[in-house]
Amino acid sequence: MRSVVLTKGVPDFREGAVSFDEDGHLERGKTPTVMNPNDEFALKAALQTKVRHGGNVSVMSMGPPGYKEVLQEAMESVYADDLYLLSDREMAAADTWATGMTLATGIEKMEERPDVVFAGFKTADGETGHTGPQTDWCLDWPIVTHVISLDIDEEEGILRAKRLVEGEFDEIETVEAPLPCFVVTDPEFEPTYRKAAHRLTWKDLREETQDRAENFEDHLTVWNQEELNLDPDYIGLDGSPTIVSSVDPIPKAPSERDATMVTPDDEEGMAEVFEEIAPFTTGAAEAEGD
Amino acid sequence: MTDDREHYEAVVVGAGPGGAAAAATLANNDVETLVLERGTEAGSKNVSGGLIYAEESAPYTVDDLFPGFREAASERPVTENYIHALADDKVRTLDLGDIHHHDTEWADAVLRRRMDSWLAERVHEMTRETGGGLLTDVRVNGLLREDGHIVGVTCDELDPIGADMVVAADGVNSELARDAGMMDWEEPEEWFQGVKAVVQMTPEEVDERFDIDDDEGEAHLFSGDLFEGVRGGGFLYTNRDSLSIGTVFHLDSIAAQQAEPHELLDNLLTHPLLARWIDADYHEREYSAKLVPDSKKVAHPSPHKDRLVLVGDAAGQMQAQGPIIKGMNHAVTAGALAAEAFVEAKSRGKPGKAGSIYEKKLKNSGTMSKLRPTSYRATAPVSENGVVAGVTDALARSPLGSVGLTVADKLGLVEWGFNSPLVLKTLPDIRTAYATVPEVLAKATGEVITETSEVQPPDLAERIGDLTYDTDVGNPHIEVQDNSWEASGTAVTACPVSALDFGGGCYREETVKANGGEERVVSLDTQPCVECGTCAVVADTHWEHPHGGKGVEYREG
Repeated sequence: MRSVVLTKGVPDFREGAVSFDEDGHLERGKTPTVMNPNDEFALKAALQTKVRHGGNVSVMSMGPPGYKEVLQEAMESVYADDLYLLSDREMAAADTWATGMTLATGIEKMEERPDVVFAGFKTADGETGHTGPQTDWCLDWPIVTHVISLDIDEEEGILRAKRLVEGEFDEIETVEAPLPCFVVTDPEFEPTYRKAAHRLTWKDLREETQDRAENFEDHLTVWNQEELNLDPDYIGLDGSPTIVSSVDPIPKAPSERDATMVTPDDEEGMAEVFEEIAPFTTGAAEAEGD
Repeated sequence: MTDDREHYEAVVVGAGPGGAAAAATLANNDVETLVLERGTEAGSKNVSGGLIYAEESAPYTVDDLFPGFREAASERPVTENYIHALADDKVRTLDLGDIHHHDTEWADAVLRRRMDSWLAERVHEMTRETGGGLLTDVRVNGLLREDGHIVGVTCDELDPIGADMVVAADGVNSELARDAGMMDWEEPEEWFQGVKAVVQMTPEEVDERFDIDDDEGEAHLFSGDLFEGVRGGGFLYTNRDSLSIGTVFHLDSIAAQQAEPHELLDNLLTHPLLARWIDADYHEREYSAKLVPDSKKVAHPSPHKDRLVLVGDAAGQMQAQGPIIKGMNHAVTAGALAAEAFVEAKSRGKPGKAGSIYEKKLKNSGTMSKLRPTSYRATAPVSENGVVAGVTDALARSPLGSVGLTVADKLGLVEWGFNSPLVLKTLPDIRTAYATVPEVLAKATGEVITETSEVQPPDLAERIGDLTYDTDVGNPHIEVQDNSWEASGTAVTACPVSALDFGGGCYREETVKANGGEERVVSLDTQPCVECGTCAVVADTHWEHPHGGKGVEYREG
């Protein structure tokens, strides 16, 4: 079983890491790059596949050379065998379409065709959720999205998945798809390891990967535009049909609430607090305002 | 559906010394062995005093099975061994060197997290070669049966697993031994409860305060009037960079006297005698507790059923007779013998016979007679009889007793008695042996202690606050079946992380209005639970372990 996980480096939007200027614009240079948080679920699905069925997992990303660390992090978490970085100035400023085209070309250039390609649901910066499906469109494979659990029947060459369909009522669909297949994992994805043998394999993989992740560059292949034989007009900014008409910074919260500070030893103050919250504890009153 | 059920030749439940010894011996004989440990790392659920012995007469020792054990996994060897009899401001110290060295190849102080995790690494490497391996974070919750026969184990985290032999090395609160109906949690008389503080001290301070070299260590035992008449005693062992200081009491005595175990530990920690070793800079690295089976009463004489064998604490194999406290060494022996039995049974084509071969080996190796000495069984019905015990105690306290002990001491008979394997095996479990004799001895022959203690131990809230928990949210592993004070009130005092007038522990006293009156009941919050099992014995509870990896995590153990 051969799997590829697609991952992306994104600004670390966590409190304390992210940096905005006065106008509320992201300061990219001051904000560290991390692995897209949703990709964690794609990595978990790939790891489950490797643990249960053996074989090889590769991690692929398109981005600047600085993404190497993101790939290293991915290698550590998915116990990947090898890493691919598609990196070239010509690929810069690509929209999801041009990115999908580039990634699909990377996958097709791999020595052996993978059986499954995994992608996470949405990136933390773009939030479109397009890149996975568009990469798949270029590959022309079946795709299963919103996957929350996964099982592969190697003999039959079939992937069975449960997918979460959100709506008025959330539904869980069970679907089958022939391999090779493209899988987009849902943030609700949970791997399961109910066999001791699987957990033992998982432990073996973790031990094996420690050395490999330290020397991850030995397992890294970097392909540029020429090596991928991509027409510059179809990739990067030139190959991106998306037009960004304008960017509006997210407005600040309209107002700040008045806060009254009460210390626990202030008996009078605490009594007032209890009086204020008492109606809500019985469910007799609804909170006023927002 | 048994077709895709996993199967291993042997499944070992618990990665303490008993499980590790069983697994290593099985692996050495190419038996496909899976080891399942519920802690997040081996040792994270384990507590011991703790000294581990290598007995000259034992068929297996831990360093036979795990070369390099002493250098890598133990703390300091015990090179000096004393018991201190205490009364008022007096102490009479006796050298226990003879009994300590009796049948002892070596004895080392250990901390269980370090020791067990080291063993587990070796075990995983060895068992992996056989196609098995060691997994942590897996709680085995019961026995898998087919047609009423034990054929494997069931787990919280894994699908049922079949095995030709199941080794229950799952400790004093063995869920497997109970599932099999082989052990119970009914009688407080059958158990001891130990609590321990691991006290921070640099290696240089240990060397200096005990006047020892860095390759030497000491073991001190304490008995007498400092424990308010509760039957039991205290201990102090030197580790590399800490001290293990603790107390062990008969659980029935703790229950009957409504004693608070943490306060009894504080009595020891703040005793003037200990001021020579610990001072105002007292820093407690960890507070821990554990039940200890009394092998004289509960060591299972036939610890097997179908494909199940019990080893170590799970089988009640903990020898505690006066100053002799040996558990881990017997667990190692039992584990290795159980494995040996399986290998023999398998070679005869009858793996199902492993249990009865194991029983024979326990007997023939002399292990069983150490655990259940015939001399104790012969004398206990008389010496532990209430009337006889009362007379014995009064006699020891009388002027005659005092003179007798003084004369005996002058003749060297007291030290001889404490160092005599036969006397100790026969020692009755009554107050006289634990408290009265040491007290009278100290009063009559002791030296005055001149030091004063400056130690201020942390309170219970701080002790609980310093422990690490991964709370099994939404899954309280203990349920109180009968919350009346009469049925379960003892848990409030006997639980080592609960106390009367303390709301931050497991068990609390509450008064509720019922039937027009007020009722005294107990309420339970399992979050601070240290999984010792005390409440399972002294209260009416349904007691299970938390899921794999959940609950308390000991860093020292």
